[in-house]
Amino acid sequence: MIDTILDVTLLAFIAVTAIAILRLRNLFAIIMLFGIFSLLSAGLFVVLDAADVAFTEAAVGAGISTVLLLATLALTKEHEEKIPSHRPWLPLLVVLVTGAALIYGTLDIAPFGSASAPAQTHVAPLYLEQGMAQTGVPNVVTGVLASYRGFDTLGEVTVIFTAGIAVLLLIGGRRRENQTRKEKE
Amino acid sequence: MMFTVAMLAILITMGLALARALLGPTVYDRIAAVNMFGTKTVLLIAVFAFLSGRTDLLDIAIIYALINFIGVIAVLKLVEQGNFHTDGNNDKADTK
Repeated sequence: MIDTILDVTLLAFIAVTAIAILRLRNLFAIIMLFGIFSLLSAGLFVVLDAADVAFTEAAVGAGISTVLLLATLALTKEHEEKIPSHRPWLPLLVVLVTGAALIYGTLDIAPFGSASAPAQTHVAPLYLEQGMAQTGVPNVVTGVLASYRGFDTLGEVTVIFTAGIAVLLLIGGRRRENQTRKEKE
Repeated sequence: MMFTVAMLAILITMGLALARALLGPTVYDRIAAVNMFGTKTVLLIAVFAFLSGRTDLLDIAIIYALINFIGVIAVLKLVEQGNFHTDGNNDKADTK
């Protein structure tokens, strides 16, 4: 019973936060709400027994993203320009149709946690049985990420590395300008 | 039963903190609300760990507390100084 209350309350909070993010025009408040949104998602992930995903969400979503967005905000204006009001009927229609299609798609999904779901019967049993022998990593998730999907992880790390360099160039560039200005003075 | 009541109380407190983050007129109201919300998330995970018997989640709750602390420090530094690269000893007028 308490699990249901917890799920419903957290999802309701997430919906309220998301709508508030859409409505607000104060960018600082929006970044703060993004932090709350991440914390709520992390809480939901913990309730869904995905502790490692929750940890990543809290570290990246609530921690680093907030700091990066605030550093960007320091370089720009604090208020978003008022967009001229227009009729959002076409976007609304597209969103509703897409949402309906997605909900229709969920009807065929196997029940949550079902052992006979396709995701559970493909290669997962092989990983669980032979993971330790083949990779020598005690944690199955780490074994899959670092060994079975090694190339995939390498690609992800490359993307994150490139993004990190780009962000450092954008946000750190200002510092060099300041230093050179001080040196000139 | 005790954990259920505690969980409900935490959820109500989360709702109040969320309301402050949405309404809060000043910057500091919102920062305090986010800090509060982070603390409540830590408590939520801790209580949920005992509620569901998975006490290993406590480690994650502790790490959340650390991230929350560092995040709030970073936000306050930015609000105070307007950037991240001055060390805080400079005059405010000098950095602007």
